[in-house]
Amino acid sequence: MSAGVPPNTAPSGWRAGSGRGRLLTGMALGVAGLVWLAPVLVMVTASLRPESRVLTEAGTLRGLVPDDPTLQNYRDVFDRVAFARILWNTFVINASIVVGGLAVNSTAAYALARLEWPGRRLTLAFVLALLVVPFEAIAVPLFYATTVLGWRDTYLVQILPFVANALSIYIFYTFFRGLPREVEDAARVDGAGPWRIFLEVVVPSSRTVFATVAIVTFVLHWGLYLWPLLVTSRVDVRPLPLGIATFRTLPPIQWGDVMAFAVMMVAPVALIFTILQRWFTRSIAATGLKG
Amino acid sequence: MSTGRSPRGADIHPWSTSLRLASTLAGPAFVGLGLFVAAPFLLAVVLSFTDLRLGSPLPIEWVGLEQYRRVLTSPTFRRAFFNNVYFTAVVVPVQTALALAAALLLDRGVRGTALARVALLLPVVFPMALIAVVWELLYAAGPDGPLNALLGSLTLGLWTPRDFLRDPALAMPAIMVLSIWQGMGFQMVILSAGLQAIPDHLHEAAALDGAGPWGRFRHVTLPGLKRPLVLVGVVTAILSFRLFDQVRILTRGGPEERTTTVMYEAVTAAFDRQQVALSAAMSVIFFLVVLSISLVGSRAGDSHAPARTAEGT
Repeated sequence: MSAGVPPNTAPSGWRAGSGRGRLLTGMALGVAGLVWLAPVLVMVTASLRPESRVLTEAGTLRGLVPDDPTLQNYRDVFDRVAFARILWNTFVINASIVVGGLAVNSTAAYALARLEWPGRRLTLAFVLALLVVPFEAIAVPLFYATTVLGWRDTYLVQILPFVANALSIYIFYTFFRGLPREVEDAARVDGAGPWRIFLEVVVPSSRTVFATVAIVTFVLHWGLYLWPLLVTSRVDVRPLPLGIATFRTLPPIQWGDVMAFAVMMVAPVALIFTILQRWFTRSIAATGLKG
Repeated sequence: MSTGRSPRGADIHPWSTSLRLASTLAGPAFVGLGLFVAAPFLLAVVLSFTDLRLGSPLPIEWVGLEQYRRVLTSPTFRRAFFNNVYFTAVVVPVQTALALAAALLLDRGVRGTALARVALLLPVVFPMALIAVVWELLYAAGPDGPLNALLGSLTLGLWTPRDFLRDPALAMPAIMVLSIWQGMGFQMVILSAGLQAIPDHLHEAAALDGAGPWGRFRHVTLPGLKRPLVLVGVVTAILSFRLFDQVRILTRGGPEERTTTVMYEAVTAAFDRQQVALSAAMSVIFFLVVLSISLVGSRAGDSHAPARTAEGT
């Protein structure tokens, strides 16, 4: 993947092209796709190989096809670490962040986009200003405050800081501002209050943006490593990213086991991602382009 | 373009309502942002002027700019800052170029495009902690290490096996490679959407004027991609300054401080050494750097809203 220009495009348009150009494009894509998938393939095949042969074979072409595969590494993971518990923790924490975030941020965005109240502009400016504060800039004082308050090692301390989210409010806000007002006005004339209008008119016509925010929220949070590192020390509240980083240092170091952990950790998300690929792409593009 | 700026009033017929209703709707989010974003940020600023250490029995004292002086004169922090700049200077152009190439290839819609897109995009949904662990296996030292073995067979045995993560010259590039592997797909998606937004008739007009593929790329595609390119550049630069997870897991800042970063120093100061005030000063400096990148970026992109930084990990 060196040149930025697909060679030999036909003059009739960008996406058309001669047979040779399209063939080269296809080959370049194939090579790029394989190179990008290679680490994933190594992860999967290494997880299926007896521990003694993980390192000697992972880098060879032959190693990509596991002969006499074994599930021993997967059994080892469950023997050596409370994997099910860690998976459950991740589920509880992220489901709470996503569901809580959808509720809290969509209602806030609705109030900002559709209602006029004293302080609205100031609140909007406050939300937009917070868009530029990365979590890393506040991780340390937040870590200090939660430690002093004795909040470490709970689910809540891993959930609450991420529920209200300026980016989610911003995505909802721009979407709600773009909705036609007629239906809402009609409901208003019929005597519906703001809550009913929000729940019965706005939410049903905003399913796409709810899906987008849910996807973006999940993708941005389920891999968080720094925050659980700072605020958890016990395995019964630890999420997967911290779990795998800790498991890797658990003696004896067994690459096969670590890769089995990795596969079980990422397989459900990778599967959902592959099925809903269009949704993921649209969500990322929608968030990225609205700047 | 939709900016988050206040409405002009005339075009939205706002529904006047009481503060009470608005505060039930917006209250939870407002309180959440206040408690978990604004307050900690102010706390960082306040703490950075003290001598607070976690668990220290001594009373807190104001020390003015002492912590900033210590941070800015510390050779380790300077090294960390340099490492961030080095990482950014390599990763932003390389990753953007790869993403642009991939987006252009995908844009032609040949058979297998959907499959290739999945492969190139998959790492974006992988947690960095998992990626670090997988690449640690790939980077394993000795002739059996997967990457060493691969390079050995590609060079017909000329490659001398290296210990990538413990080699002072190679550790940071090794971290760059896995970071690019993860982040490229995100940029590719945004650039793909940008390509779709360029009307076909511009390409056709340029072709009629006798422009070849390169001419159309330079005079139609690149200008049309200006905003998405600036956006991905700025977001990647900001993410580069947030570099932490990979470093913590793979190298702990070593060897010889070659991979330490501003965030790594801030976290180890507070978390491993209890120097909360010193760490707060680093956090404030970190924020100012990120803020300047997004301000410069939003000016370059001709955009009204500052580029967002609250995304990605």
